Amino acid sequence: MMIREDMEILSHELVAEKTYQMTLKGDMPSYVKQPGQFVHIMIDPSDSLRRPISIADVDLTSGTLTILYKVLGKGTASMAGKPVGEYLDVLGPGGNGFPIEEVSASRALLVGGGIGVPPLYYLGKQLKEKGIEVTTVLGFQHAGAVFFEDEFRELGEVFVATNDGSYGNKGFVTDILPSLEGKFDTYFSCGPAVMLKAVSKTLGNYDGYLSIEERLGCGVGACFACVVPAPDGDAKGYRKICRDGPVFRTGEVIL
Amino acid sequence: MISTQLSLPGLKMKNPIMPASGCFGFGKEFSEFYDLSLLGAIIIKAATGKTRYGNPTPRVAETSSGMLNAIGLQNPGVDRIIQEELPFLSEFDTPVIANVAGSTVEEYVEVAEKLSRVTHVQALELNISCPNVKEGGVQFGTDPELAAEVTGQVKKVSKLPVYVKLSPNVTDIVAMAKAVEKAGADGLSMINTLTGMRLDLNSKQPIIANQTGGLSGPAIKPIAIRMIYQVYQEVDIPIIGMGGIETTDDVIEYLLAGASAVAIGSANFKNPFICKEIIEELPAAIERYGFTTIQDTIGGAHR
Ligand SMILES: Cc1cc2nc3c(=O)[nH]c(=O)nc-3n(C[C@H](O)[C@H](O)[C@H](O)COP(=O)(O)OP(=O)(O)OC[C@H]3O[C@@H](n4cnc5c(N)ncnc54)[C@H](O)[C@@H]3O)c2cc1C
Ligand SMILES: Cc1cc2nc3c(=O)[nH]c(=O)nc-3n(C[C@H](O)[C@H](O)[C@H](O)COP(=O)(O)O)c2cc1C
Ligand code: FES
Repeated sequence: MMIREDMEILSHELVAEKTYQMTLKGDMPSYVKQPGQFVHIMIDPSDSLRRPISIADVDLTSGTLTILYKVLGKGTASMAGKPVGEYLDVLGPGGNGFPIEEVSASRALLVGGGIGVPPLYYLGKQLKEKGIEVTTVLGFQHAGAVFFEDEFRELGEVFVATNDGSYGNKGFVTDILPSLEGKFDTYFSCGPAVMLKAVSKTLGNYDGYLSIEERLGCGVGACFACVVPAPDGDAKGYRKICRDGPVFRTGEVIL
Repeated sequence: MISTQLSLPGLKMKNPIMPASGCFGFGKEFSEFYDLSLLGAIIIKAATGKTRYGNPTPRVAETSSGMLNAIGLQNPGVDRIIQEELPFLSEFDTPVIANVAGSTVEEYVEVAEKLSRVTHVQALELNISCPNVKEGGVQFGTDPELAAEVTGQVKKVSKLPVYVKLSPNVTDIVAMAKAVEKAGADGLSMINTLTGMRLDLNSKQPIIANQTGGLSGPAIKPIAIRMIYQVYQEVDIPIIGMGGIETTDDVIEYLLAGASAVAIGSANFKNPFICKEIIEELPAAIERYGFTTIQDTIGGAHR
């Protein structure tokens, strides 16, 4: 079930280049059913559309959820200026996340790229709680963009790649994957579309779950703005990212 | 408290507020937010003869005071809409208006005929104004003769009242309105979206994959008000007004211009409770502007 509420900004800080971490307080956390779900935020009343941001962590005791976002355009730039103590109009939690209840993994690999990293953190925490071994591969453009490496290290082994080699391995996350063969049985990935394609190709022999992005309209499943094609023979021929996703099992949709 | 009840051809409504076609799906998602029986009516997403996948993504983009969309009439086709989507809406005490689209007159007729046999569908809205499909749709909405032809053919097979949804992408809206009135339309829906474009300054290309999209939201409200004001003076059939409605004051403005009822589209994306909130606030707003019934308010600008 989704709710709409004004959530109080409890903390808000820059954690990497153009990347902010924010904690929000309200009733929303108790409605989150899976890691990988998102909140749909009305940043300014004059905006015409909300902005989807993944839930990066949930703390039920303090009633807070954490989000991380990168300043890309008008909406996220305006969000960066919101002070602690102000309230944000939040709709959520949206969509279906990583189905951790049904995953039979004993060793999980998390593969995150850029601002696709956040939802994998809450996922990793839940997997670890279930006793599943977690290995993480994170990809960023360069050293200044790296965030949450330490947080992931608390969950297990972490490998970082940067495009220009200014931190960790030089190259892409897919350059690291071959060395991890045999270290996992299921993978979970979120990041730019090109990265997801490359990852699912490289890891074609494994069970995997991908979190996909598209420009959303309603964010609740009513407007058909966010569809991805599903393989032929499927009765519907499409999935809605905001409602059926954003997380899909590999092969369920055509990337 | 002022009663907001009203009757339009085929529709007995508790209030003049309904969600606009394409912005509310087939109701299921929004029924999780509030009881759909509160609504004056529900206009469902366009139905075509066969399943349509629609356009490539991105399909939406924000603009100043509005948004562009190029969904491309994605829908499962009229048969599956009747089997899979419409039964759910029969649970609510709210009339359903089915939005009919097509590429040919024959397709409009086929879809209209099938939908008019569904018991809880109480009226048809003929979408001759979708700017986002390559063939059909908007041609019917920009040529008065074609518009009259499709209206007349649909009227022949439909047992239900037919509201024709006009496109604002024309130079003479009154001519369009008169043409479909003469062809037998029971009412008008005004307006659909205006064709627009937005470029991405980094890629230097249109943001919407279809290149152009339909502009909706507050940006188009003055155009809709002007068109309804003009058409109201020239036709005798009722008008359902839409375009950029976000507040009760917007609703009053539409009623004054000549709309008998209104539909709310894009605003549902900002606030999923918008229809419910406006329904609750409307009686007080009507009173605030010195009217005692909703009927007095309609066309108030012309007296
Ligand atoms: C399910 C989901 C979860 C997301 N989670 C996060 C997250 O945790 N952190 C985060 O920073 N971002 C996330 N995004 C992307 C985020 O929604 C966009 O970056 C944001 O809406 C951009 O808004 P803006 O007004 O700043 O940019 P705009 O001015 O609208 O656009 C600026 C640029 O941002 C990019 N962009 C715009 N909309 C999207 C979109 N929906 N998806 C991807 N790129 C987009 C485009 O490249 C565009 O050129 C998520 C998107 C989805 C669909
Ligand atoms: C995402 C989206 C999808 C739409 N789909 C349809 C449709 O299927 N049929 C139709 O007649 N109008 C469609 N419309 C147009 C709306 O019904 C309405 O006429 C228009 O958006 C103006 O109202 P608004 O400014 O309140 O959104 C759509 C609009 C949007 C934003
Ligand atoms: S954004 Fe409207 S259906 Fe997904």
